[in-house]
Amino acid sequence: MMDIFPTQLIVVLAGLAAIMAFVGLNGLVLVYLERKVAGFIQRRPGPYEVGPYGLLQPLADGLKLVGKQMFTPACADKWLYWLAPILSLAPVPVALLAIPFGPNLQVLDINVGLVLILAFIGLNVLAICLAGWSSQNKYALLGAARNISQSVAYEIPLLLSVLPIVFITGTLNLYEISAGQGAWPWQWHILTQPVAFVIYFICALAETNRAPFDLPEAESELTAGFHTEYSGMGFGVFFLAEYAYMIIACSVAAVLFLGGWNGPGAAGWWWFLAKVYFLLIVMMFFRWTYPRVRFDQLLNLCWKWLIPLATINLLITALVIAL
Amino acid sequence: MIQNLRQAMTDVWSMLVGLKVTTTNFFQPTITVHYPRATVDSLEGYRGHIELVATDEDPKRPRCIACGACAQLCPSSCITVRIKQTVSARPVLPPHPDIANLPLEFRQKFSHPMEMDREPKSFHLDYNYCSLCGLCVQNCPAGAIRFSQDVYLASEILEDFQYDLLAQMRGETHSGSRAQNHPQAEPHANSRES
Repeated sequence: MMDIFPTQLIVVLAGLAAIMAFVGLNGLVLVYLERKVAGFIQRRPGPYEVGPYGLLQPLADGLKLVGKQMFTPACADKWLYWLAPILSLAPVPVALLAIPFGPNLQVLDINVGLVLILAFIGLNVLAICLAGWSSQNKYALLGAARNISQSVAYEIPLLLSVLPIVFITGTLNLYEISAGQGAWPWQWHILTQPVAFVIYFICALAETNRAPFDLPEAESELTAGFHTEYSGMGFGVFFLAEYAYMIIACSVAAVLFLGGWNGPGAAGWWWFLAKVYFLLIVMMFFRWTYPRVRFDQLLNLCWKWLIPLATINLLITALVIAL
Repeated sequence: MIQNLRQAMTDVWSMLVGLKVTTTNFFQPTITVHYPRATVDSLEGYRGHIELVATDEDPKRPRCIACGACAQLCPSSCITVRIKQTVSARPVLPPHPDIANLPLEFRQKFSHPMEMDREPKSFHLDYNYCSLCGLCVQNCPAGAIRFSQDVYLASEILEDFQYDLLAQMRGETHSGSRAQNHPQAEPHANSRES
């Protein structure tokens, strides 16, 4: 029996199912967390009515989205229109396959894990481009155009801030990068590469379209940007994908800079999850603290500050390693 | 270049200050009151519908001198004052022999205004049209109108917001409940009658 189904295939399929469950569950938790954080920052209680402490609010939100009509605009390109949300969510499980959640908790241990993640995340730009283009809506198109220029610009400093870690460790394997760091914070890469970490985090905010870089879906300017026309689960899938990309970005940051699953005491997935959620909460604090930047400011920050800084950081790292 | 760098440093610093503000607010207790389960402690400063102020001596007697300024000023004409005039018991001016001998109803018409006591016979407010601009409160020469603190008055019935303020002041109708003895047929434009 085992000959017909190769073990690797079974592992990957089971891993995919587990990852989708993880993504869905995290979506629920993050929606709740986001609204609670927003509430507490504004001295409100946040979700409160559905369930104890509003705990069932994300479920109610999800049910509402599922129950809504899936509507296609009259002039929309029907195939591309409905392909876009699927294409947005599709790279998520692939990217999460390569992430080591714990010492023994990684679906796919491959040598090019980092490249795999960065390559597949780029697909999201295409999905958003399709969504904006096929909606036949000026706001959606503007949002898509903004997203493309933003993502293309910020991909460069993102790669440049990841490279120093690769130089130091000499590997693209995320498991080895994690295992190479010690249990205590001073053994993590954030200590040797603080500038890279800061640049990476800013770029991660921009790549995941989070505030203050949420120009593609700026609700006050573009109604909802690229997902203006999407109703029900079309929007829901985009929403889930956005939270999934946040998780991926924070997971990669945790692996590269914060020691992955390593931590004081027993090393394990709980340390990894704690670090990821810490970074996610920091992202949420950013969202409710900073106003949205203007588009020229966004690109100025990237081209005039982040790319030169990341390049200098990379050169210095290379020099130190060479000496 | 140096100026740019210095600007960047101050920018980063201001961002850290912003984070500090949100973080301190995050850990403060919430201000929102869960209304049906709890209510706010103090309604001070709340501007509800207007109400009449009683005189210091007699809590049943309004300070209102029935001048009708509020009804005239009101941009929504939602105030209706009906005036009761009586001849003063103690005349201010020395009585003219001709007038003193006239019948009472005649005397009311011709007496000097200073000899008349004016007080409101009724004071109606149609809160449905009130925009809470506060002109009446500001301009009342006798200081007889103030904002009430009736917050909890929700209703689906139009008549529930037509108040007899005089009765309300005297405690004859419960504040916020339906004003019972409101003359329905009275036109609003005819806001003063004497």
